[in-house]
Amino acid sequence: MKHVMLASVAALSLQLALPATAQVAIKAATLHTMSPSGTISDGVVVITNGKIAAVGKSAETPIPAGYTVIEGAVATPGLIDSRGTVGVSGILNQKQDQDQLERSSPIQPELRAIDAFNPADRLVEWVRSFGVTTIHTGHAPGELISGQTCVVKTTGRPIEECTVLAVATVSATLGPWSEKGGSASPGTRAKQISMLREELLKTQDYAKRRERATPANAGDEEKDRPPADRNLRSEAMLRVLNREVPLLITANRAQDIGSALRLAKEFNIHIILDSGAESYLLIDDLRAAGVPVILHASMARAVGDMENASRETAATLTGAGIPVAIQSGYESYVPKSRVVLFEAAQTAAHGMTFDQALAAITTAPATILGIADRVGSIAVGKDGDVAIFDGDPFEYTTHCTGVVIEGRVVSDTVR
Amino acid sequence: MKPTAPFIAFLLAAAAVAQDRPIAVINARLIPIAGAEVPSGTLLVHKGKIIAAGATVTIPPDAERIDAAGKTIMPGLVDTHSHIGGISGADGSGPIQPSVRVYDSLNPFDPGFGRARAGGLTAMNIMPGSGHLLSGQTVYVKPRPISRGKDPNTAGPTIEALFIRDAAGKPMGGIKMANGTNSIREAPFPGTRAKSAALVRENFIRAQEYKAKLAAAKKPEDAPPRDLGLEALVEVLDGTRMVHHHTHRADDIMTVLRLQKEFGFRVVLHHVSEAWKVAPEIAAAKVPCSVIVVDSPGGKLEAAELSWTTCAVLEKAGASVAIHTDDWITDSRLFLRSAATAVRAGFSREGALRSLTIEGAKMLDLADRIGTLEAGKDADFVILSGDPFSLYTKVEQTWIEGVKVFDLADPADRLFATGGFGAGNAVVPYMCCAEHARGEEFGQ
Repeated sequence: MKHVMLASVAALSLQLALPATAQVAIKAATLHTMSPSGTISDGVVVITNGKIAAVGKSAETPIPAGYTVIEGAVATPGLIDSRGTVGVSGILNQKQDQDQLERSSPIQPELRAIDAFNPADRLVEWVRSFGVTTIHTGHAPGELISGQTCVVKTTGRPIEECTVLAVATVSATLGPWSEKGGSASPGTRAKQISMLREELLKTQDYAKRRERATPANAGDEEKDRPPADRNLRSEAMLRVLNREVPLLITANRAQDIGSALRLAKEFNIHIILDSGAESYLLIDDLRAAGVPVILHASMARAVGDMENASRETAATLTGAGIPVAIQSGYESYVPKSRVVLFEAAQTAAHGMTFDQALAAITTAPATILGIADRVGSIAVGKDGDVAIFDGDPFEYTTHCTGVVIEGRVVSDTVR
Repeated sequence: MKPTAPFIAFLLAAAAVAQDRPIAVINARLIPIAGAEVPSGTLLVHKGKIIAAGATVTIPPDAERIDAAGKTIMPGLVDTHSHIGGISGADGSGPIQPSVRVYDSLNPFDPGFGRARAGGLTAMNIMPGSGHLLSGQTVYVKPRPISRGKDPNTAGPTIEALFIRDAAGKPMGGIKMANGTNSIREAPFPGTRAKSAALVRENFIRAQEYKAKLAAAKKPEDAPPRDLGLEALVEVLDGTRMVHHHTHRADDIMTVLRLQKEFGFRVVLHHVSEAWKVAPEIAAAKVPCSVIVVDSPGGKLEAAELSWTTCAVLEKAGASVAIHTDDWITDSRLFLRSAATAVRAGFSREGALRSLTIEGAKMLDLADRIGTLEAGKDADFVILSGDPFSLYTKVEQTWIEGVKVFDLADPADRLFATGGFGAGNAVVPYMCCAEHARGEEFGQ
């Protein structure tokens, strides 16, 4: 109920800013629904009160009177960036707009992405103009546990209005990206894993203490009382330990990916592999562990820990039946953000089919992040998020001509 | 030393032999840049040079024929701004160091050269970074596969094998300059833009004086003592060494034009994020631009207003436009994509094709040797699987001086094109400002 109220506030504000109504229909010569309806020629999507009310062939799908109709050559579900820092690591790259990494301590899972996300950052508008309507953003790789991530829509509205998931994952990083110099820890790979194990053991102790303080047979009043030793760090890790929130582990070298799998097995936690430059070396292990991969940007620089990155990894993993989403990643310099549309396009040029590449920025991230009930495909009941193009969305010289989020036209820039 | 995969790839590539027989690539769509496209034609090359390119070419009976039906051939791509090769330049001792030569730091075994060949690049200007007002002398090279000293045309596995030489046999290159925030640093570097310009002016005035002394010396013993830095600046004043000037913000671009007018040097404006604001001024000054196209604006204050329309706006104003990789800012394998992105934002297709070839060649004073498919020019070309500006097009082969230097069908070459295990071992170049961000945030 609360969510609906927030959404209507957002709708009202957007209505003031934008001419479009909330009742929108999109007509496309080619409509990629990414749902069981498949690809529809001369397709129509009808969006009523922010949700998809009808999808089908134009001839069979009437558009109610009074609806704003947007036409285009190709329409897809609003695209999902499965892992980035847009809105947290700002466009200017100056100290005041860089909130992706807190350096005071290597383990800070209590840092919430929603307290850092700036929906007004120009990069939010930039990625939106290419059809990206949902972004998984937040704390960057670079500390052993850098903080939380969240999922938001790119409406540009305040976090209270654009949040899809306030806590999507807790972000951890293995390998040199989170190693420290001098006498600071972690200084080695082995130390990283020992620190993570210690942290999870402490969390198990915390869970036991809380359970003792609030036994299962306690009355409701007792249960609602906060535990005596509230601790934000342990509370955040407890959600990981309880498999309520995945641990997003950034690892590129095969050895670090192996360590991530070992850790997941020991503590029975739900992990998502992030970046995974050498994941193609561990196909069987990843499949056996049921671990999905949010793969590095296709055009990420192949240097350092990523020197063995391949443009064919997405195709290799997909071929092996491992769920793969493509991310924009974190960029510390130029370009300040990559755009998942272009990153997925590269996979379509390196072994993925068109549908597989589009799935890597729609249905796959929706499933991996647990938001498939709302976004990732064009189907009745889903959020009215649609991207419109004047040709093959992946082709270099095609333009994104319109973007709709929850029935509102949020971009009509031709870019 | 255990041979690494890239090293083995170099050895394999070195097996390419000098071209004794003419080679006729037939049935290809030709994009000669000079003149109209040929839907189906022949490119004839011999002894490293183009003999003919066109719809009707007489093929000598002894020529080797390569059927390229369905393929597209265009000149090898010319990159006016690259940092591959694990380079370094000037050090932290001062903001202006014209005596430093980038080629004294180049590693010809860097896998960046393999990736450049995979991207269709056949000539490039390798430069030191932008953390100095003047960070040193640049070098123009071709990414020829390194021989092991058996090829009489090369000097073995050293950087000399990659040089492009002038008529006198001297390695060609320009000089790298920068203004704006990258070169504004702690002392002894300038702290402001005005100080930056003042330091540059003082150095050029010293060079003018040095040049006058050289000219006044009637006998060699009257000449002033050799000064490596001033010698390079005199070449700049003489117009024999091009200034390649990093500059982003519109007012910084105008500062370069102001200094150019005062000292009369020849200059190419590089990156030019805000050139779209001062395109008529740039065109009026007849100063060419080499543009970077990146996937988002920002990353630094000066690039916050970077626009994909820059190429189109400059073209409309009548300026000469090239595009560069700035590798590793963008990857050499995606050079065609950079131009395609400019086309997406309104750059003409013809202008975009020129920006990858002849316009860059002009900016390197090599327009008489490379940049088009014309008789007499170096036989540097690429064979593409389709249209140059399509995502789905692959660079299938790259040829330099009549020698095939990249073949996607060869697994060793393919590793550079796609990446994968063993493709790396890249040496990350020294570059101002990016270095800080890279080291701090991403530990590379």
